[in-house]
Amino acid sequence: MNELWQGILRALELLVNFDPEVMAVTFRSLGISSTACVIATLVCLPLGSLIHFTSFKGKRLLVSIIQTFYSLPTVLVGLLVFILFSRAGPLGELGLMFTPILMVIGQALLVIPLMLGLIISALSSLDKTVADTAFSLGASRFQAGILALKEARYAVITSVIMGFGRAISEVGLAMMVGGNIRGFTRTLTTAISLETSKGDIELSLALGFILLIISLVINIALSRLQQVRTSAAH
Amino acid sequence: MEAGPQGVTGNSAASRIRKGENHASGFAFESASFSGRLIFLSKTRKEVTHICIGDFNVKNIKYLLLSGALIVILVAGIGGCDSGSSIIQAQDRLRIATTTSLYDTGLWNALEDRFEQEHGIRLDILYAGTGIALEYGRRGDVDAVAVHAKATEEQFIAEGYGIERVPFAYNYFIIVGPESDPAGITGLSPEDAFKKLHDSQIAFISRGDASGTHTKEKAIWKSAGFDYDTVATSGSWYVEAGKGMGPTLQMAAEMEAYTLADIGTFLAYKAETGLVPLVEEGSILLNVYSIIVIDPAAVEGAKAEKAQLLVDFLVSDEIQDFIGDYGMADYGEPLFNPCAGNEPAS
Repeated sequence: MNELWQGILRALELLVNFDPEVMAVTFRSLGISSTACVIATLVCLPLGSLIHFTSFKGKRLLVSIIQTFYSLPTVLVGLLVFILFSRAGPLGELGLMFTPILMVIGQALLVIPLMLGLIISALSSLDKTVADTAFSLGASRFQAGILALKEARYAVITSVIMGFGRAISEVGLAMMVGGNIRGFTRTLTTAISLETSKGDIELSLALGFILLIISLVINIALSRLQQVRTSAAH
Repeated sequence: MEAGPQGVTGNSAASRIRKGENHASGFAFESASFSGRLIFLSKTRKEVTHICIGDFNVKNIKYLLLSGALIVILVAGIGGCDSGSSIIQAQDRLRIATTTSLYDTGLWNALEDRFEQEHGIRLDILYAGTGIALEYGRRGDVDAVAVHAKATEEQFIAEGYGIERVPFAYNYFIIVGPESDPAGITGLSPEDAFKKLHDSQIAFISRGDASGTHTKEKAIWKSAGFDYDTVATSGSWYVEAGKGMGPTLQMAAEMEAYTLADIGTFLAYKAETGLVPLVEEGSILLNVYSIIVIDPAAVEGAKAEKAQLLVDFLVSDEIQDFIGDYGMADYGEPLFNPCAGNEPAS
């Protein structure tokens, strides 16, 4: 238990002193995961409403498949991205292997099924009258989709938060397609993995706490934003 | 999938209720099928409404834009200055894969800074076992590999992927274990020690990851007259870690087991693991680290010229002296012996 306290103290020390290497790793993690999350959101919002509002054969199966991908192991996504983007692979020409850009792509791929499934689920839980009323008032499918997403916004934002959580906390993919290169693709999770393997438990714990602190700050910021908006609406 | 979490349903319905209040001209949601749910939801309305994000009217769009802009700044600032510039200047980066035993000792961290200052080339170092390091080389994902498994390396060059094998440092493998030495292998030859370990069935941790150390372990089993596959499947005493050298040593310490380690990583982990060297003598234990530049003729895009700068850097007198002294300050003895491009005599 003493180790745990030491870890917390070390985390605070690193944060207060703005330890340059730790700060760089922290902001890199944040940058990569939030970019991946923004991309995934931009893909999932329209795609989710399209799937929800379109009736087609095999829709239930498609949704089941999307939900199965919730449990996609990060190393498997990593392996697929590696095969695709390795220089010997079909997209190797791009030269993206072991770069932060590829980590963003990989994390976006990882997050998309989760976000997509949750958005479809959020829309499905809406009362059908929302879309029906919108259609009856002459709304286009696009307008109805926007309206439904607005109505389900709380669940939609939750899906974004969950997507971010999956992206920033994963290590398998970051390790495999990023390579944990110091000063380039090292993120908080891969650094924790490396420091643990080096036996620096204290630093590993400290990095873990920093990761949790980031998540806390982001969640507080979002709920603040929610409160501000609520009061503005009244 | 129709049934969403309660909170989700609750919120959307509750926000509709509010919507009804705020915008009398908006949609009407009273319906027979809906009223039953309304009663349940109104109970939670208070807590639900305060976590609503509100309607997306003009005021709120400002917030949305603001947060969007923040994210863009964040991403551009962090991802951009960090990854953007370095990807644009991809030409000035050199990427190598090195064995974990060289990385875990911290040698490459020290060399990296010196090389970058001297040549103005960013050095990207991936640490991986010899097996995957050579695979990165074959696939063209790295420009050079620093590994330690002579036979595998020679095959790699024979296949045409590598230009030349340049040894730059060596040390020895050792068999380490708990101080009590329950199998009694102290001072034996490596082959006899392995025989004894096999017979006593006391836990032995293998790297099990096709690394240079793993390759050496197989060679010792073979030299001791065993068939490796038989040994590896002969019982629970033989543990495959599937990890790098450092974590394998930690595992051996936790399980009070024996393992084969390179002396460099062992010294770096000696204090925290409490393991002791038991077998240190035997020509089979020689451990040579060499660097191989990937041949652009076989692997398109490999930066052989820049990689050659690294090879020249490694075998330069200055760096060879540095390698020969490395670890002196921390462990009281050097971790590596320099060998300046020549195969060391065992």
